[in-house]
Amino acid sequence: MEFNGKAWKFGDDVDTDAIIPARYLNTSDPRELALHCMEDADALFSQKINKGDIIVAGKNFGCGSSREHAPIAIKAAGISCVIACSFARIFYRNSINIGLPIFECDEAREIQTGDIIEVNAVTGEIKNHTQKKKYRAVPFPDFMRSIIDAGGLMPYVARKIKE
Amino acid sequence: MGMTVTEKILAEHAGLDYVEPGQLINARLDLVLGNDITAPVAIGEFKKLGLKRVFDTEKVVLVPDHFTPNKDIKSAEQAKVLREFAREFKIKNYFEVGRMGIEHCLLPEAGLVLPGDVVIGADSHTCTYGALGAFATGVGSTDMAAGMATGEAWFKVPESIRFIYHGKMLPWVGGKDLILYTIGKIGVDGARYRAMEFTGEVIENLSMDGRFTMANMAIEAGGKNGIIMADNITKEYVKKRARREYKIFTSDEDARYAEIIDFNVGDIEPQVAFPHLPEKTRSVRQAGKVLIDQVVIGSCTNGRMEDLRVAARVLKGKQVHKEVRLIIIPGTQDIFRQAIREGLVEIFLDAKAVFSTPTCGPCLGGHMGILAAGERAVATTNRNFVGRMGHPESEVYLANPAVAAASAVAGRIAAPEEVAGDGI
Repeated sequence: MEFNGKAWKFGDDVDTDAIIPARYLNTSDPRELALHCMEDADALFSQKINKGDIIVAGKNFGCGSSREHAPIAIKAAGISCVIACSFARIFYRNSINIGLPIFECDEAREIQTGDIIEVNAVTGEIKNHTQKKKYRAVPFPDFMRSIIDAGGLMPYVARKIKE
Repeated sequence: MGMTVTEKILAEHAGLDYVEPGQLINARLDLVLGNDITAPVAIGEFKKLGLKRVFDTEKVVLVPDHFTPNKDIKSAEQAKVLREFAREFKIKNYFEVGRMGIEHCLLPEAGLVLPGDVVIGADSHTCTYGALGAFATGVGSTDMAAGMATGEAWFKVPESIRFIYHGKMLPWVGGKDLILYTIGKIGVDGARYRAMEFTGEVIENLSMDGRFTMANMAIEAGGKNGIIMADNITKEYVKKRARREYKIFTSDEDARYAEIIDFNVGDIEPQVAFPHLPEKTRSVRQAGKVLIDQVVIGSCTNGRMEDLRVAARVLKGKQVHKEVRLIIIPGTQDIFRQAIREGLVEIFLDAKAVFSTPTCGPCLGGHMGILAAGERAVATTNRNFVGRMGHPESEVYLANPAVAAASAVAGRIAAPEEVAGDGI
């Protein structure tokens, strides 16, 4: 699987309140959440992006609350994947569970807003076409790959219950 | 090689004699928790499985506490999803308004979490229960759904960091200051993916309420869980509450730690975390002149009896500054009642504070005290991210209940002794 898109760059410690402010959590409708994606970090974000674009960030992306609405909002907004130097634990787990591809890559710092990025989800290779550079993301552990291969945690659990 | 308390609890729940950091395990769950924000998503996922029942009707807990009493129509619809699911699936531990409290104050008080348990909750502050010597961690809604279905969850066994606190605490210093100071030292990702084990003579003498506050904010350093080994103080707390057997686990002397960090608490003054991260801590005396508009005392971090008593000690016979709104929110109905009995509510009302029914409300910018653009609040809550309590251009300063109460009187961030002396 490959992802191609324009990068939107954020800093370190982007918290889930910035990704989807709690004032919008009185609904769990993905379409409504998507309209407010990243709103407190960049007020016009949801209007500026195109389908397939990529969020790039520094360390500890998704820190703070456990709201699954955060990866849901990003996915529903049309973002194809997130690349960050590191992810907060619950956000990482939630993203896998709902099927939002995320990639840990230290060199994410070099990527700038507007760079055209290509990610190979299988090899973990990231190409920065604008800067003509290649980076390498940390591949998923086998156990998580089996959840992803099943299509997320719930199909994985459904299969286990049947067994 | 020995094991830490976290490793022992996880091993026991995975049916293993030994686990080590990095190992993937499937653990049996003693409790699965959700609230009015996270449970509706979990319930949607759970229903996709087409199951007729949850794994155990006594081990699923639903607490509508974030936007309740319902703040608007959409919130009412969300809360209704919980209520109807609880009825349909015969969930024993559903807490309706009037019986509910802030989930992380309520569950320990109700004896639902006990030492040695493994608990997942679709709320990041589920780590609070580590104060009881349990392994408790926040998860998302899908993990909650899977937990309700199977009674199990997969975990990667975390490495542990051991924090040792020794020395004598200064006046007006509490669990909140110890944890804020710790986060200030290690940063908001300083314990990412790791267990934070709080130890030392100071912790051994810390009250349960102080311990809950510390474990509660482990997530603010990125921790997977915070944990304090159960001792006599813990046993005394659960004695009146436990309705089932429990088991106490302790770390072995030769347990392995990724890091061991020592603090002399005699160096720790009351702390204030400046916007917009909990790691931006300073001692209150170094805060400078920060004028404020609102003070919130409450939340799963500091909404317990001891917190209200400390606030009352500062506020007794004082008046809240004319340009400040002071909002005090007890964690549970029992805390509410006890505050009345002890005369604390009288003190708060005399001081011109408002005293509310339990709710998470303002902590996450939900309701009951939202900030306008440019406004500043001192709060005993746990997060001061951009827009956390309202407008993206508002500011939240995190502090303990004594600093919060003193600031409400002074109209600016103030040290407790400025308003109430040394507190004796």
